[in-house]
Amino acid sequence: MKEHSTEISKTTLLWMYEKMLTIRLFETQANREADAGKLLGMHSSIGQEAVPTGICSLLESNDYVLGTHRSHHHCIAKGVELKNMMAELLGKATGTNKGKGGTMHIADINKGMLGANGVVGSNIPVATGVALSAKIKNTNQVTVVFFGDGASSQGSLHESMNLASIWDLPIIFVCENNLYAESTPYEYAVAGKSIADRASGYKIPGITVDGQSVIDIYKSSKIAIERARSGKGPTLIEAKTYRYKGHFGADNPLSYRTETEENYYKERDCIERLKKYLLSNEITNQENLDKIYEKSLESVNEATDFANESPFPAPEELFSDVYVSYK
Amino acid sequence: MRKISYIQAINESLRHEMKSNENVIIMGEDVAGGGSRDDKLDAWGGPMRLTKGLVKEFGRDRVKDTPISEAGFVGAGVGAAAAGLRPVVDLMYVSFYGVCADQITNNAAKIHYMFGGKVKVPLTIMTAMGVGGNKAAQHSETLYSIFTHFPGLKCIVPSNPYNAKGLMTAAIRDDDPVIIFNNRQLMGLKPTYDVPEDPYTLKIGKANIEKPGTDLTLIGIGYTTYLCLEAAKILESKGFSIEVIDLISLSPMDEETIIKSVKKTKKVIIVDEDYPRCSIAADISALISEQAFDYLDAPPKRINPPHTPVPYSKPLESLYAPNKETIIKNAKNLLE
Ligand SMILES: Cc1ncc(C[n+]2csc(CCOP(=O)(O)OP(=O)(O)O)c2C)c(N)n1
Repeated sequence: MKEHSTEISKTTLLWMYEKMLTIRLFETQANREADAGKLLGMHSSIGQEAVPTGICSLLESNDYVLGTHRSHHHCIAKGVELKNMMAELLGKATGTNKGKGGTMHIADINKGMLGANGVVGSNIPVATGVALSAKIKNTNQVTVVFFGDGASSQGSLHESMNLASIWDLPIIFVCENNLYAESTPYEYAVAGKSIADRASGYKIPGITVDGQSVIDIYKSSKIAIERARSGKGPTLIEAKTYRYKGHFGADNPLSYRTETEENYYKERDCIERLKKYLLSNEITNQENLDKIYEKSLESVNEATDFANESPFPAPEELFSDVYVSYK
Repeated sequence: MRKISYIQAINESLRHEMKSNENVIIMGEDVAGGGSRDDKLDAWGGPMRLTKGLVKEFGRDRVKDTPISEAGFVGAGVGAAAAGLRPVVDLMYVSFYGVCADQITNNAAKIHYMFGGKVKVPLTIMTAMGVGGNKAAQHSETLYSIFTHFPGLKCIVPSNPYNAKGLMTAAIRDDDPVIIFNNRQLMGLKPTYDVPEDPYTLKIGKANIEKPGTDLTLIGIGYTTYLCLEAAKILESKGFSIEVIDLISLSPMDEETIIKSVKKTKKVIIVDEDYPRCSIAADISALISEQAFDYLDAPPKRINPPHTPVPYSKPLESLYAPNKETIIKNAKNLLE
């Protein structure tokens, strides 16, 4: 879905609403599947829906996205099928990765989702290479790589920003700063307390944006994507966001943060904010939003049924896909 | 005697060594938790809770939460060790060694040799490993074999709370860099082992005969020792006499205990959860073939996972790793 005017069209706004809602409903259901023991834990993206939604609303289907251990929202925003995603979480043969990768490794090359990655910071250089390929082959594709505030302290980000800058690569580095890496607050781990500022050492623009506002994300990424597409090089976007749940599985976030803080962010919930915007500007009405909700819920339910009914991979799948060919 | 878990055993060792030697510090992601928040001290106590409570006793200066910068803080561990501290560094999962391999293999392993034996690196790296968590290819590897390849590194793999405590203490007091590999499954087991409260050390480089036997030697490493003992129970109930060796130390390796046992039983199975190529199992098999060939009734048998990454899907994952059944099946092939 692309958008060229500075104003955001009604179609795009409703698309964003539906995407964010779908992500939230998917994650809620995926958590239930985990609670039932069908997968042993996951990194929930609830609270962070706006970041990939805002950006992906501007991407072409052949643009690339690369993610992290917490990537279900990136995948959904980029258009990966819910059915195959849910099946992957349950380790089924019909999953995006045939059940071999699971929650931290969802990939769907046909949708431009070049993979989630469980090693923090590991995907950033890979994404830089994806952008290099687009540049050398002159395909006009843009690459977006998501990572967390924690990952911003890995050397891989710094090496990649430098490479991307000296080669003017069409890449956008998107840091989802949800304030915590596991239990470690970013104000402790990030010297200078600004991740966006880290771009200046590499002579690339660094933008801080309210990651709970899908409209703000949209506006910032529009500039970054245009810059990348026109050959001017990379941008670093720091989106201030919040994960509502614990880091993983049963982690209790109140061991390192406060309820007051949680409430502060939940009051700025990205879905609620867009809803208010849509209603107060009379872009749509409640009835229509209810319909979108029903539709999203139905697609998640269908995906869940599909996943549960799907078979596990055959035993011989253990040995396939290790190499393309090997003799 | 009291029974404690594997995690408590490591924790006790760390607590005692920190108390008795102020040069011991701990660094790693969330080893305390909560960054610099004073009201959130000990928010995590380590990703596996190995360091739980330590920050309350020793403070954030000695129990240091790090940013996610393995090259940085593992390398800092090397330097701090070279300059007089005894750092314990937590590398959460062994697969993340890729981020800091340079520091481990080029610096920690080689400084003592390259500098003519004049600089010591008393660094301890603790890391988690193993399948069984439904965590796929990047969070389930075993990988200890790789580190045994490097002269200068010591590699130890405890198999129960008792030897975990003694080996951890020995590692911290050792003047060489030591990597201690903690298996995910062992950390999840209920406490069934007697563990003394007072500190003690076990000798790095020594294997342990867990139970003597005469018909077959099973060699286990960490969790596979547990599996070997379980398999041995069943095999003994069928009338076979099984010797189980817990390898414990991969580098240095107790060749003598292995060779002595194999000369006695004449049959051996090595059970190893690491990839099969260039594995410790392959190394042991070569050792036995060279030094006890004439005594063998059958070629040394290795049980490893296949030459593939660790799959996510639970049914595939349980096919992947050695288990009690595969050990029994292979043992029967040799015994019957
Ligand atoms: C190299 C590496 N080190 C440590 C970990 C363990 N780990 C997984 S997620 C995580 C925190 C990541 O924080 P951040 O980058 O802020 O992303 P978030 O979890 O907040 O989405 C850590 C330390 C890892 N997966 N990879």
